[in-house]
Amino acid sequence: MTGARTAPNGDGPLLDITGLAVDFDTEDGVVHAVKGVDLSLGAGEILALCGESGCGKSVTAMSIPGLLPRGARISGSVKLEGRELTTLPARALRDVRGKEISMVFQEPMTSLNPSFTVGYQLGEVLRRHEGMSRGQARARSVELLDLVGIPAPDRRIKEYPHQLSGGMRQRVMIAIAVACSPKVLIADEPTTALDVTIQAGVLDVFRDLRDRLGTAIILITHDLSVVADIADRAIVMYAGRAVEQAPVTELFARPRHPYTMGLMKALPAAVTAAGVGERPRLAEIPGMVPTPMTDPDECAFQPRCPRAEPDCTASRPILEKAVSESPADGHTVACFHPLEGEGR
Amino acid sequence: MAEQVVERPAAPVSPGERGRLWRRFRRRPMPMTGLVLVVAFLVLALAGPMLTRDPSAQDYNAIMMPSSGAHPLGTDDLGRDALARIASGARISLQAGLLSTLLALTVGIPIGLVAGFYRRWLDPVVMRLVDVVLAFPFLVFAVGLAAILGPSLRGVVLALSFIQLPQVIRITRGEVLAAREMDYVAAAIADGSTDGHILARYILPNCAGPLIVQATVAIPIAIIGEATLSFLGLGVQPPTPSWGVMLTTAQQYLDQAPWLAIWPGVMIALATLGFNLLGDGLRDVLDPRSGT
Repeated sequence: MTGARTAPNGDGPLLDITGLAVDFDTEDGVVHAVKGVDLSLGAGEILALCGESGCGKSVTAMSIPGLLPRGARISGSVKLEGRELTTLPARALRDVRGKEISMVFQEPMTSLNPSFTVGYQLGEVLRRHEGMSRGQARARSVELLDLVGIPAPDRRIKEYPHQLSGGMRQRVMIAIAVACSPKVLIADEPTTALDVTIQAGVLDVFRDLRDRLGTAIILITHDLSVVADIADRAIVMYAGRAVEQAPVTELFARPRHPYTMGLMKALPAAVTAAGVGERPRLAEIPGMVPTPMTDPDECAFQPRCPRAEPDCTASRPILEKAVSESPADGHTVACFHPLEGEGR
Repeated sequence: MAEQVVERPAAPVSPGERGRLWRRFRRRPMPMTGLVLVVAFLVLALAGPMLTRDPSAQDYNAIMMPSSGAHPLGTDDLGRDALARIASGARISLQAGLLSTLLALTVGIPIGLVAGFYRRWLDPVVMRLVDVVLAFPFLVFAVGLAAILGPSLRGVVLALSFIQLPQVIRITRGEVLAAREMDYVAAAIADGSTDGHILARYILPNCAGPLIVQATVAIPIAIIGEATLSFLGLGVQPPTPSWGVMLTTAQQYLDQAPWLAIWPGVMIALATLGFNLLGDGLRDVLDPRSGT
């Protein structure tokens, strides 16, 4: 549970994103989906990007391997081991995808090709990126299915996606994603479509992959319990910007941003000794997410914020060290009036 | 039904399901009738000419004879064996039906794939051209084309395949539009697949169901088309025995030898019926949206 670990070569993080902004041209005008995100990811680190729908967390993640739809305008820099990805030609980018950066999507039920066996789809990635023969790819596929915790992998490999359950399919998706030992694995709401019990198993797979293969993982989620369970560090996003960034234990112990605090208060607490009927009503954050069409020079959360003061509309707060006297904790927050941090 | 829709959103034909699809197909009497008729037609077309007499051999001692032991379906105005000519005509029909449909699929599927996958300027251009061709009545267009291409089996096949092309393009494109939005296509892009690979392995196999159905519907239309063009003298030329050519001749002798018109007519009807019943059955099995 440390902060950003550095890449094996020691000079800088594995993935370094600076000033990332993404605009979409739509019929109603320009949508500013991401308005300037800085992010760094160390080797073997699990970083959670969290926030509610529309905060830009998925767009941020999709822009890393250049998977945004046509019509998206991207600015800023995305560097993988010092190599700029945003300006890479399509052909070179294809070699990065699946080999150095791979993805796991939200919907395991529909993310596998229904016309081919699991083994074929796994082997296909290995043959393309690793130049393996069919036989080699088959042997490796069995190993990979075993790695993601699928029992009897040599039998499963001959099955079609419709013969597998949702949890199994997500494990297959993960196996495909890690087939070429990528440096970065991006998982976009990987457990949202799964039952809670299956969810825990899939999260264990991610943890196991990090420990055994050293894969760095970016986990996109709106589920704070997933963040608490698996992530080393978390970035909370709001309206296209990061508002708070901290190691997970620190974030949950001392949330600084009023928005983070609001999210945590909206989380149902475990049933306590006080009894089932005694639980307080969940706190909600009043108001709505601001429209992504405009971007005024003020704190985006200010209209909904219980701690807002006049200066919150004067300029936009930037992400900076939360508490000057504890510089080692790596906790940053974008707020003029952060919480002093004595937990909730 | 609902559970099948969830299982197979784009109605793909995955090989693992073939056993289940076949069991569903086998239980239905009409598709099975169609299958039997189609198989019988294929056997007649492939093996028939080898088992019957020479369809061109003339016997002036047996002109326009009704059915007998020597000539089960009788003989025509030149004393040629009607059964042998029916069998050879089946081969012509099969060639016209299969070749024109195959040609239309070979040309139309790539066009539909590219138009549907890349969209941009290509898609509207292709689709408007398709609309233009579809605006002409089928037969008028076929007659015009066959006249330009010259009266021969080759001309018939080319004309009929060109007429089928718009439907093939339209169906392929529609299926591609649905398939390209599937999550597995997004996943394939994220895995670093090339566009060609995605089209061949992710889009096309999952569009196959409706295209198979289209093919079984198009074949009988092409068979009728060949017979029509040959009947009108724009297709296969005498003395080559085509069912359409046989009908042209039979027309003159309807009073004296009605069997000469009846048998080719029955054959056209049965072959067409067979393919149509088979196609309906395949549609029910392959496409859960239209099934009962």
